[in-house]
Amino acid sequence: MSLGVAGTRHTQALLGSIGRLARNPFATTLTLLVIGLALALPMALGLFVRNAQAATGDFANAVDMSVYFKTNVPLAKAQQLAADARQKAGVAAVTLISADKALEEFRTYSGFGAALQALKDNPLPHVLHVSPRPDASSPAELETLRNYFTAWPEVDVVQIDSEWVMRFNAILEVLRRLLVITAALLAAGVVAVIGNTIRLEILNRRAEIEVTKLVGGSNAFVRRPFLYTGALYGLGGAVLAWLIVEATVAILGPPVGTLAQLYGSRYSLLGPTGDDIGTVLASGVLLGWLGAWISAARHLRAIEPRA
Amino acid sequence: MIVFDRVSKRYPNGREALSNVTFNIHTGEMVFLTGRSGAGKSTVLKLIALLERPTRGTVIVNGKNTTTLRARHIPAFRRGIGVVFQDHKLLADRPVYDNVALPLVVAATALKEIDKRVRAALDQVGLLGKERMLPYELSVGEQQRVGIARAVISKPPLLIADEPTGNLDPDLALEVMRLFRRFQDVGVTVVVATHDVHIVREFGQREIVLEDGQVHGGVLDSLPSVVATR
Repeated sequence: MSLGVAGTRHTQALLGSIGRLARNPFATTLTLLVIGLALALPMALGLFVRNAQAATGDFANAVDMSVYFKTNVPLAKAQQLAADARQKAGVAAVTLISADKALEEFRTYSGFGAALQALKDNPLPHVLHVSPRPDASSPAELETLRNYFTAWPEVDVVQIDSEWVMRFNAILEVLRRLLVITAALLAAGVVAVIGNTIRLEILNRRAEIEVTKLVGGSNAFVRRPFLYTGALYGLGGAVLAWLIVEATVAILGPPVGTLAQLYGSRYSLLGPTGDDIGTVLASGVLLGWLGAWISAARHLRAIEPRA
Repeated sequence: MIVFDRVSKRYPNGREALSNVTFNIHTGEMVFLTGRSGAGKSTVLKLIALLERPTRGTVIVNGKNTTTLRARHIPAFRRGIGVVFQDHKLLADRPVYDNVALPLVVAATALKEIDKRVRAALDQVGLLGKERMLPYELSVGEQQRVGIARAVISKPPLLIADEPTGNLDPDLALEVMRLFRRFQDVGVTVVVATHDVHIVREFGQREIVLEDGQVHGGVLDSLPSVVATR
């Protein structure tokens, strides 16, 4: 069989499969819907995990350290110490938050503005926000850095903001595992749905299969249109899943944006990337093909021509 | 072309359809396979087309021993045999063209070639111009001829037919038989199972008579060579 002829055969099988699906719009739609929902769920969950990470991005990745000075340390001294801190090895960035600025922020965001007016003095200390370099963020290195700052006589207390980070990362890890399990189960579901659909299709076309085998059609030839049908179901379902997720993002986007704004964040909901879409489409085609293959291998062998 | 050597066939239900059948059919011959219903005609054809394998004995078709032929070689083996059925086994939802083209399609023939040969085959059976019609739009005789066109389109060296005239009136039956003889004239080996004594007499070809799963007359049992009753 020449390559051109083989190509023609495959094109014919593909077009035949498309035609058959189009002639049965109701059944095809139902099947596509089931597959679409099954694929949309892990895709949406994956997107949720990524969004959760992005929304809390700085918080999740950087293990910052807050160095609180004693309240009697003057601003000039704090500025000088900040300069010292910047020289320290393993430190990426140092931000000085003066007591005045801290009070200002507190007034703005805490909702206790009026109550704070009643205070005579500013009770807040100057604070250094120290961000360690990413390559110097191991627990041991952080501990060393904390001890270094704690040793300064002007320092009251040093706080590492890593507990939250660890908790949060643990939650994300649970979600990620959940995502893998969900994806695996639903993938098996898609294979089963498509396998069963193909099984019914094979039984429906029993007479045709018998005649085809009778005139010398090989198993591969008989199988081919069913494999295409399976792959098309998978592809169609994947496209549907993609649309479902895009629609969800479009609907959730504005309120999430508003919510983020209320928290003073510029975060906006992330939609699926090109890679995500490619992965879903490829998985759909692959699962459909696989389901059809399993079903065809099992049922086509049983159909032999009888005169 | 076809050798049956002490062939027996017992079906799973225990019925012995053929017992110790021996005969030869030579290349280019046209042979009638006759006998009452249940005498084993259909079983002989099934063994030739490899729809069944013999329980005992050897069946050689086209130089291939059907007992030892591997499953993956069966499709190619069947492409060398044109089969015509009494109920013609056409695909009801496909037009005449698709039905006739099927053996070429499964053999991965180029589209142009398919087109040419479908027209030639339909011309041979007198159905040119009915390519786009569905089988049920044709008369029974026409449907049978579509089946014949499908059987011969890939130019197989062997043509077998199971009661091809069973549903046809005598005139149509004769017409179909003449068609078969035209194929024999161009070198095709033709085996026709029929219980239509009239037809057999009319054509005067060699006849293999089956009775209760055995070749009638016995002479063929001991002499598996050409015994023409022409």
